[in-house]
Amino acid sequence: MTHDFQPVRPRMWKALLIAPALVMAFAGLSAPAWADRDPAYAAARAAGQVGEKTDGYLGVIGGGGDVRAMADKINIQRRANYTERAASQSATVEEYAFTQGCVLIQRTAPGEKYQAPDGSWQTRGAGAPQRDPRCP
Amino acid sequence: MMSPRLTSPVPPATSFGMRGRGKETSGRRASYALAMVMTGSMPLAGCISVNAPDKPIVIELNINIKQEVIYRLAEDVKQNIEANPDIF
Repeated sequence: MTHDFQPVRPRMWKALLIAPALVMAFAGLSAPAWADRDPAYAAARAAGQVGEKTDGYLGVIGGGGDVRAMADKINIQRRANYTERAASQSATVEEYAFTQGCVLIQRTAPGEKYQAPDGSWQTRGAGAPQRDPRCP
Repeated sequence: MMSPRLTSPVPPATSFGMRGRGKETSGRRASYALAMVMTGSMPLAGCISVNAPDKPIVIELNINIKQEVIYRLAEDVKQNIEANPDIF
């Protein structure tokens, strides 16, 4: 009887060590996108007041002037970021912004808003979002 | 007197079109008219009707962005999100 338990114990120890490591690895992958968002911005996204446009910028769908001001501020920051990154990649700001938009729409969470290729606002469901056929 | 003898049989003097029994449009003319109408209507059957769209025409301004450029930038934009999580 004790014979059988002998090889099981080291495996259990391994499992105990690996499981938290895996949990931390997954948490580490998904956490940064959420953790560093301004709470007001995160709330506006979750409420569907702002959404990701196909051109790589935020669009305002609802909410008051404060939501618009927040979106404008982020869009100005985004434009500065796109301009800098595009130059380093020898691409135009529009090309970089569009590609960024593809990935940002891909990474929207269920319930968040995004712009479909036809320009309409869509709520992200469980499946893949509607994206431009040129998106990677 | 000898009756003239034909060397070969000839077709009757009246043609198909003449046998219209005095109708306004003879059979030949009717068949021509029918043929004209049919040939006239044939292109119509193949026509594509073009109607003005009820929705406004959307001009895709991003059309000049090439897919190869997008694929080249794909990796960098992903890194950009990780590097600047506050603005995305």
